Amino acid sequence: MSEITAQAPARRNPSRRSRWWAEVGWKYPVAAIIIFYAAFPLVYVLSASLSSSGTLSSTSALFSDLSFSNYAALSDTSYWTWVWNTLIVGGASALGAVLMGACAAYAFSRFRFKGRRGGLTTLLIVQMFPQTVAFVSVFLLLTALGNVIPALGINSKIALICVYLGGALGANTFLMYGFFNTIPQDIDESAKVDGATHAQIFWKLIMPLVTPILAVVGLLAFISAFGDFILAKIVLVSQDQWTLAVGMYQWVSNQLSANWGLFSAGAVIASIPVLIIFLSLQKYIVGGLTAGSVKG
Amino acid sequence: MAHDDAVAVKEPQAPKESHARRWSGLGGGFIAKLLLMALVNALALTIIMSAWNAEAWAILTLSIVLIVAADIIYFAKRTLPLKYLYPGLVFLAIFQLFTLAYTGYVAFTNYGTGHAGSQQQAVEATLIQNERRVDGTPTVPLSIVRDGDTLGFAVTQDGIVSVGTEDDVLEPVGGAVVDANGRATEVPGWEVVSQNELFSDQDLQQAVIDLRVPVSDEAEDGSMRTRDGSSGAVYQSSIEWDDEAQTFTDKETGTVYYADQETGNFVADDGSRLPTGWSVTVGFDNFVRAVTDQNLAGPLLKVTLWTFAFAVLTVLTSFGLGLLFALIYNDDRIRGRKWMRTVFILPYAFPAFMSALLWRGMLNREFGIINDWFFFGADINWLGDPLLAKLAILWVNLWLSYPYWFLVCTGALQALPSETMEASRMDGAGRWRQFRSITLPLLMVSTAPLAISSFAFNFNNFTIIYMLTEGGPPFPGTSGLGSTDILISAIYNISGVSGGSADYGLASALSIIVFIVVGIISAIAFRQTRKLEEI
Repeated sequence: MSEITAQAPARRNPSRRSRWWAEVGWKYPVAAIIIFYAAFPLVYVLSASLSSSGTLSSTSALFSDLSFSNYAALSDTSYWTWVWNTLIVGGASALGAVLMGACAAYAFSRFRFKGRRGGLTTLLIVQMFPQTVAFVSVFLLLTALGNVIPALGINSKIALICVYLGGALGANTFLMYGFFNTIPQDIDESAKVDGATHAQIFWKLIMPLVTPILAVVGLLAFISAFGDFILAKIVLVSQDQWTLAVGMYQWVSNQLSANWGLFSAGAVIASIPVLIIFLSLQKYIVGGLTAGSVKG
Repeated sequence: MAHDDAVAVKEPQAPKESHARRWSGLGGGFIAKLLLMALVNALALTIIMSAWNAEAWAILTLSIVLIVAADIIYFAKRTLPLKYLYPGLVFLAIFQLFTLAYTGYVAFTNYGTGHAGSQQQAVEATLIQNERRVDGTPTVPLSIVRDGDTLGFAVTQDGIVSVGTEDDVLEPVGGAVVDANGRATEVPGWEVVSQNELFSDQDLQQAVIDLRVPVSDEAEDGSMRTRDGSSGAVYQSSIEWDDEAQTFTDKETGTVYYADQETGNFVADDGSRLPTGWSVTVGFDNFVRAVTDQNLAGPLLKVTLWTFAFAVLTVLTSFGLGLLFALIYNDDRIRGRKWMRTVFILPYAFPAFMSALLWRGMLNREFGIINDWFFFGADINWLGDPLLAKLAILWVNLWLSYPYWFLVCTGALQALPSETMEASRMDGAGRWRQFRSITLPLLMVSTAPLAISSFAFNFNNFTIIYMLTEGGPPFPGTSGLGSTDILISAIYNISGVSGGSADYGLASALSIIVFIVVGIISAIAFRQTRKLEEI
């Protein structure tokens, strides 16, 4: 095999340059087209956010004027309330998903109990049915709960967090279960011999070892809460409770009153942290996404 | 090893005692658990009490069961796995399992606008709706009074001030002060609400208009109501409920309406019915209606076909484009690959709902830049034409999702065994042959399950449809659906959760159909990955 590879450069092509073009060179112009396709809308939204006209109008060229009036105008709207709401809802559901998922994965991975296999299978089946499709029942359930406990009713962030947490166990347990299984049992055993209790093993031994998967699950839970529209729109009714997805939709849904300037500025602010987190952790996220449906 | 010995010497008798149960020593774990459980119990007690007050028996029972189970699990010794599983299970049971089961139940009822509650509630609602002001009764001066959250009326009849609330009949009170118009300005034990406050508070106005204060213990006598907050009159229902015969009788026309338990309506012999009915189980009616109703069946069929087309085409196009890019740029000879890759996946990192909204603006007919820059200012109605709107949705979803496939395929390509590739090259396989016979089959092993779950995801991709077109342009007719509606957005429109006329029964029936499709898809996916065998 090594002979062949060694021979390859020896077989010199007289027109090396044209061969380079045929095999590698053309990929650069194509890349330029792809980059344009991928980045054009994003560059455009950045430009629109810096324009002073407040529309997505095409009359002006990209970056024809640089004004921060749209950004300044955001503080006159409920935008920052929505950011705060999104952070609360996303953060709480991420934290809850991580804790509940880790606990469940620990139980399934480390304890042998009656119903373990059945429990895992049930989770697997339940996870196949997305909660969003049952939104009518979610609405009716929260209406009924709200009559008793207003904090768990329609128009409450806590209720929305609870709804998201309801889907957490099904979605995350498997991802974490697979990862927990990769931590050798011997570690637990030796800790147990040393007199550690199950809770000590969980908090002090296992949790630090599984931090990567905790981060992935937390991030995925946050992103899915951040991007959820249908449940958030049903649950959160009044403007001061909206998340970004609901609020920014309302900004531009009516064509006559659409405020694209505000939308662009808001989109830039909200997406930059997401872009940074995503791009810096892309390896883990894609790993997490794939592991969600292939082998854990 | 030395460490092991030290521990063994320190605690020779009871090494198994959990620190969360131990009183001796510091007992920090136990105290933390005790505090947490005290908090949970207090919370549960509050819920149980308010459920008792609201007479919500289902919630009351459930809360008691859940809190008793929690106390047993966290204070008993033998329930170790449940200690870790219980919180997640509670949320799963209430907010996922219950909602799934409840969808299944509602799908077989006619629950919705006009059929919202029990028959008892329907009777009460009908009586209130048919209340008319009794002819010839005088208008009396009236003030709004308040005691905490309880609203009441203070009415002045023949110089005597009487106070009553929704639950308490009008009773004379002593010591009240009235103004020149006869309206009470001071009532002992009550706070009189000023006109100014009434006019500035919308919610309060509505509450006042809805308030009915019974005149006497007999419902027949009617109730005191007000339209303006300063004068009241006696209202009586123009319709009479006979509890024995289960019939309503219209006092004016004499028409008798029977309670029809089949449809959940009060129906007269001539077929006319009262607007308010109650919720009853209707069997497979909702499913039958979805395929036979003239207004609904055609649009729903189109919606279903488009849902499948949308999901399949999205997966095919984005998988294809992502794979193509991955094949091209999985090449060590290209410089700056890492940098290129980052830009390629930008659309995936940008929040999806914002992308959809952004494209909605860019595709706008009048001021969108797609028309102006790429089609020389042509007047193309991208989101208003049935076919173009579908293309636009596919295009935007392609933009959103090809980076995912690019990443996945790049990863899969790099994981391909290089010996196999080498061997095929030695056997004289050309590039196309190599791709067809080796690369693609090996790639499919790892990506096919992802393609299936991507299909399932897009099958319910509400966000992109709703953000981009809201399902429009609408079909002709009264179905309320549109050419780009997929099943879940159609369900959203039909359900009426966002306002308008609600049909929870039909919406749930359609949800069941979606569940079945998604369930079948997932089952196929599991056969593929054989995940079940790994447990």
